[in-house]
Amino acid sequence: MSEVETTKSISTDFKDSSDLMVPHSSKTIRVTGCEAVVKSLLAEGVNTIFGYPGGAIMPVYDELYKNRDEIHHILTRHEQGAVHAAQGYARVSGKVGVCIATSGPGATNLITGIADAYIDSTPIVCITGQVGSHLLGTDAFQEADVVGITMPVTKWNFQVTKAEDIPTAIAKAFYIAKSGRPGPVLLDITKDAQFNEIDFEYKQCKKIRSYIPVPTIKMNKIDEAAEIINKAEKPFVVFGQGIILGRAEKEFKQFIEKGGLPSAWTILGLSALESDHPLNMGMLGMHGNYGPNKLTNECDVLIGVGMRFDDRVTGDVTRYAKQAKIIHIDIDKAEINKNVKTTVGIHADVKEALPLLTNLIKSRTHAGWIAEFHKLQQIENEKIIQSEVFPIQGKLTMGEVVRIISEKTNGEAVIVSDVGQHQMITCRYSKFKQSKSNITSGGLGTMGFALPAAFGAKIAAPERTVVAIIGDGGIQMTIQELGTILQTNVNLKIVIMNNNYLGMVRQWQELFFDKRYASTYMINPNFVTVAQGYGIESKKIESRDNVAQSIQNMLDHDGAYLLEVIVGKEDNVFPMVPTGASVEDIRLE
Amino acid sequence: MKEQFTISVFTENHIGILTHISIIFTRRHINIDSITASETEAQGIYRYTIVVTETRDMVRKVVKQIEKIIEVFQAYYHTTKEIIHQEIALYKLPIKAIAQGAELEKVLRQHNARILTVETEFLIVEKSGHKEETQVLLEQLEPYGVIEFVRSGRVAIIKPMWRFNEGLHEMEKNPEVTLA
Repeated sequence: MSEVETTKSISTDFKDSSDLMVPHSSKTIRVTGCEAVVKSLLAEGVNTIFGYPGGAIMPVYDELYKNRDEIHHILTRHEQGAVHAAQGYARVSGKVGVCIATSGPGATNLITGIADAYIDSTPIVCITGQVGSHLLGTDAFQEADVVGITMPVTKWNFQVTKAEDIPTAIAKAFYIAKSGRPGPVLLDITKDAQFNEIDFEYKQCKKIRSYIPVPTIKMNKIDEAAEIINKAEKPFVVFGQGIILGRAEKEFKQFIEKGGLPSAWTILGLSALESDHPLNMGMLGMHGNYGPNKLTNECDVLIGVGMRFDDRVTGDVTRYAKQAKIIHIDIDKAEINKNVKTTVGIHADVKEALPLLTNLIKSRTHAGWIAEFHKLQQIENEKIIQSEVFPIQGKLTMGEVVRIISEKTNGEAVIVSDVGQHQMITCRYSKFKQSKSNITSGGLGTMGFALPAAFGAKIAAPERTVVAIIGDGGIQMTIQELGTILQTNVNLKIVIMNNNYLGMVRQWQELFFDKRYASTYMINPNFVTVAQGYGIESKKIESRDNVAQSIQNMLDHDGAYLLEVIVGKEDNVFPMVPTGASVEDIRLE
Repeated sequence: MKEQFTISVFTENHIGILTHISIIFTRRHINIDSITASETEAQGIYRYTIVVTETRDMVRKVVKQIEKIIEVFQAYYHTTKEIIHQEIALYKLPIKAIAQGAELEKVLRQHNARILTVETEFLIVEKSGHKEETQVLLEQLEPYGVIEFVRSGRVAIIKPMWRFNEGLHEMEKNPEVTLA
């Protein structure tokens, strides 16, 4: 939104002259509000920002220009691209992602990404410009009530109308975004606050008196949980992103290994435990694996770790694990007993709680119980997986493409998926060796997420191979970000799974709406030509003969590459727990 | 089973808290029966009293979500039995109501209501009590021609002795104190 106001807003909010007479302490320096913004970001260790300039944020952009050697600002092609890039950056690095936009439409274009970061607990700080404080509430040019609009989808937001509040607001923003259950924070800074002068001193925020990010563990709850686990004959662990956000991968592995606890993941928990770990039983939820879904309703103890029993994981919650005692460990108190009634709720940081629990549980193997998972896995292999990942006839399948990508990157790549059929296939068939490697929009299901998020991921981890796997629908929601790749020369690999349909919706139409394909068929552009227009190497493949070589060529290419794969038009993703069904009613066809 | 709950929320004095709290009710389609807010005995700390009719389970979930708001210290919910509560009502009557003399006086005496002010054209009656009580008075004053009627939201004090308010005083004295 590069509309620039024709009249420069004039600061009306100068402090009175006596303020200027006050001798500055040795720690403080006299700066403008926008200088304070950049100095504060530097003090928080920020070296990368994604954003888009415009009238109300121009003073900050001027400062970013002056500090361009210290902060790398990446110009996206749309503010939604900037916020998703910040999310991808945060998810791969574990640091706070930062994005910046102007007032009004610039800020409203961030909303989808902010909502996505909120539901997926991604730490990002969004800074938006705002009209001068004397214009607030007057429907001024490019004025939108961004604080009001983002209130339900931010962990915290704040409108800064005075320059002197900038350092403390930014310090609070970073502290809140990354502490406890992480989330997005938005700071809306009026233009006059950017211009006015202050005595600058930066103090990192260490606590807020009304906010307790990490709870004190109640040991009696740990004791109760350990006792239940020790009596269990068929325990089952379901884990989520809390393991990754809490940096508790090691503690988690020690816990399940000592207890001999078979474990399955939500798609946001994927990559927290390596794929080939003997206790990794696979994926939960609507398109998850057969065993973990079926056996959820046969286990005697269900242990939820850093996850929130989302409806896509539980299916019909009234028929979810009713036979089991349920233990739930989460850092967010509001998640405990929200969707599923627990026997023992442990309100805690998983990194602290898991070792306490590991100490108290007995060493077990549960071999017979684990064999039940393997038996069901065998059925799924025969009925679904084999023909999906090693097909011998027909059109290319998404599953074989994902398998080959995973093999050729040795399970070491960052895999970013968009939303839909290809997302489920990507999560089902990608193999991972290290944490923070699977990036996808889980809670909000934001089409258009993958391309900019993968871009941000690659910026955060330039040494790692990053592959974005996207449908033909999703790519067109943020396809303009190819321009960002063009400008930055980022070596990102993009795979379009093209079936000329909004595949997941079409699948539902086939199964539940008598094949009435309402508005799901897509006539697509020539993606290869589009990519070439952006100076990106590109190829389209349709045949099984050259798929492996084409993927190898894409990975070997020194630079960004877009590979369009034509897959079966009406392929479906199975297994499936239809909406409203119980996890045990998971369908194999 | 739905019943009436009184939710008490203690917050920082921060713009937008009311909106933030009300969004949580709106999302779950919960109607707020009444709401009041004012500063507590500790300077700078505010107390919201919100009355809803809902199931205990739902109220528990909502209260936990309210506590997630960064500027909220604590939120509590209580049944009506666990609190002492009061509302205030004002009634504007035409001055001619006084002409009916003893009869009006009797009604006001019965209800323990009082006359706040008498102007040339009207008088204002005040009564505090539970909603049902102020409602009965309204009905009994109708024959005199009630011109205007207004009732406040509920304010409530919690019966069990608790230590939260001690924490409030400590925070007031020392900004370094966190509410644990």
